[in-house]
Amino acid sequence: MNRAPSTLRASDRVRAGLARRYRAERRFRRFGMAAILFAVASLFVLLASIGLNGFSAFTQAHLRLDLAFDPAALDEPDADFGALIRQALQREFPEVSGRSERRKLAGLASESAAGLVRQSLLANPQWRGTTVPVWLPTSDRVDLAVKGSIDRRTPESERQMSNLELDWVDALIARGRIETRFNTAFFTSGDSRQPESAGILGAFMGSVLTLIVTFLFAFPLGVAAAVYLEEFAPRNLWTHLIEVNINNLAAVPSIVFGLLGLAVFLGLFGLPRSAPLVGGLVLGLMTLPTIVIAARSALAGVPPSIREAAQGVGASPIQVVFHHVLPLALPGMLTGAIIGMARALGETAPLLMIGMVAFIVDVPGGFTDPATVLPVQIYLWADSPERAFVEKTAAAILILLVVLALMNGLAVVLRRKFERKW
Amino acid sequence: MSKSILLAATLAALTLAGTAQARDQIRIVGSSTVYPFSTQVAEQFGKQGKFKTPVVESTGTGGGLKLFCAGVGASHPDIANASRAIKPSEIEACAKNGVGAITEVKIGFDGIVLANNKSAKPMAITRKQLYLALAKQVPGDDGSLKPNPHTIWSSIDSTLPASKIEVLGPPPTSGTRDAFVELVMESGCGQFKWVKDLEKSDPSRHKAICQGVREDGAFVEAGENDILIVRKLEATPTAFGIFGFSFLDQNADKIQGARIDGVSPTFEAIAAGTYPVARPIFFYVKKAHAASIPGLKEFVAEFTSEKSWGEDGYLAAKGLIPLPKEQRTKLAKEARELAANVK
Repeated sequence: MNRAPSTLRASDRVRAGLARRYRAERRFRRFGMAAILFAVASLFVLLASIGLNGFSAFTQAHLRLDLAFDPAALDEPDADFGALIRQALQREFPEVSGRSERRKLAGLASESAAGLVRQSLLANPQWRGTTVPVWLPTSDRVDLAVKGSIDRRTPESERQMSNLELDWVDALIARGRIETRFNTAFFTSGDSRQPESAGILGAFMGSVLTLIVTFLFAFPLGVAAAVYLEEFAPRNLWTHLIEVNINNLAAVPSIVFGLLGLAVFLGLFGLPRSAPLVGGLVLGLMTLPTIVIAARSALAGVPPSIREAAQGVGASPIQVVFHHVLPLALPGMLTGAIIGMARALGETAPLLMIGMVAFIVDVPGGFTDPATVLPVQIYLWADSPERAFVEKTAAAILILLVVLALMNGLAVVLRRKFERKW
Repeated sequence: MSKSILLAATLAALTLAGTAQARDQIRIVGSSTVYPFSTQVAEQFGKQGKFKTPVVESTGTGGGLKLFCAGVGASHPDIANASRAIKPSEIEACAKNGVGAITEVKIGFDGIVLANNKSAKPMAITRKQLYLALAKQVPGDDGSLKPNPHTIWSSIDSTLPASKIEVLGPPPTSGTRDAFVELVMESGCGQFKWVKDLEKSDPSRHKAICQGVREDGAFVEAGENDILIVRKLEATPTAFGIFGFSFLDQNADKIQGARIDGVSPTFEAIAAGTYPVARPIFFYVKKAHAASIPGLKEFVAEFTSEKSWGEDGYLAAKGLIPLPKEQRTKLAKEARELAANVK
């Protein structure tokens, strides 16, 4: 007999609560949006600050000097190409005299300029005996001044460049002898202690060589382990134990793999220090669990009907796996492998132990040449006292981010291309 | 398919293990303080085109000497950089592994500075005051010992600023920290007579009093990265940082060095030996490698040439404080002969 009022009250309650429930829904959506906005904003701030800092590293101030290639001076066994540059600068500023001022004047050009002059003369033997205008990189401080990174309002004693040097730079700019040009050296050379001649190619090649080894080592091994565990191994205590261990290994700090590499690859096998071969093997061990886990879930995603149908037409277990299951699971495995490799690309800790955190000038050409990798290069530059390395560091981070984005993009493309919907 | 790749990789690894014995490139390990100078010489040396550019690893002094002393042969480094002299225990370890003849080359000085933001007032402090600010336990003149009570500088001495004590410095693994403890803390606590007397009677207590750095947040271990400390000083005007002179030199427009015992950290003062917190830096050469590693002797010659470590050399431009002229001449001769001068 109380039915009618109670239903009325129930619907009233629903109606009264409706607004609250809508509010809760809206609030939840707003929280979600806020979280995404926060993530996007942080990413934007990060990228913008790195981009703003690093963009200037892609250009470099160059100085046009009229070099007089006097055959008499060049034929001496220890020909001093730095002298050619000093003479050319002296002709620009004939009023400069005295040892310390001359040294300062010579310091406008990069320390690597003499070597560049020698190389270009070897490439252009017809220059001998003539005076040729040549564009040479300036020193890092001139580069900073041209890019406006040296604050001229600070007192002279605390500035990187004196008033005299800044006057020279201004005069050279007015005469059209200083120009910022695309910094090709950054993309074509290895590390250097001179910020203006330091390049990323050595570290980039090191990363490529290391990742090739990582992939060749970890992918086949990881896939083989996953196929066995998923398709053939009996389910018992042992396989469970192995499973738990693989999941555990995926969470082991990377420095531990570095110590393992030091003990096994360098100590036991006697492989060379600082080599991409060893770095690749260490990073391969590190990514192996990730690949096994990804590959197993890809295999588990292949429907049992495929296996049953293959068995039904008489395929042996090995034929079932290699002809039917593996090709279908491959895109998922590759995606997992690429994400694992992207993590390996960003590692420095395990490489410290095997000597890949090092100053290496020569661009590595093989798997046993001493090499370093992109994140290590970033670390080494970030740790350098010279101010001009700040922009190089940011530029190297940009390159690393681009490589990472390309790798992750490749993972998406592979998935799209080969993915099958059931 | 996977099997054949694995097989190939194993074979490659095995053949490489055989070839690893020959090496035509100098390998250098060690201190991150010496790293900027060592790499500079390595690059200049490589540019001459006669030998490959040496590989320089930044492992820290202790780690470097450990690798250096691990043995003789191509798989061990030829040179170890050090921001302190080799310890007797390390010489012993070397000898045990057959690394007998070692040449020590002192290359110059590195000053350790206490610096703060340019916008703040410059600091003038004595080593005793600095010790009292950073020690874990503070001794009194009457033989008492209490946990460090100072939270602001002016409570140590009224001439110091009335701001919070906040000092960023290197961790215990760093050679800079070792040198700072030796040159500032030890000297500061040595000014309490009863603590100084402990050195003979109770060395371990002496060590605890003199070398213990406070852990209550006033001293912040900022990692091996000196440039990080410089950045933090730019952001916090009240904080001080402890790091190598070359970082002050390169960032003189943003930070300033404190006067210690009345002397400012300048190139001239450190070279003249009047600035109290300066230490010599070294590298060590394995004599046994001179015959088998091409260019080792020539590299040592390059490092010890006037155009490199001289007053106007390229290392001075990078912040190395050169040795006096007569010392350079004598050490260069010793170094070029690879005299076994470490005993």
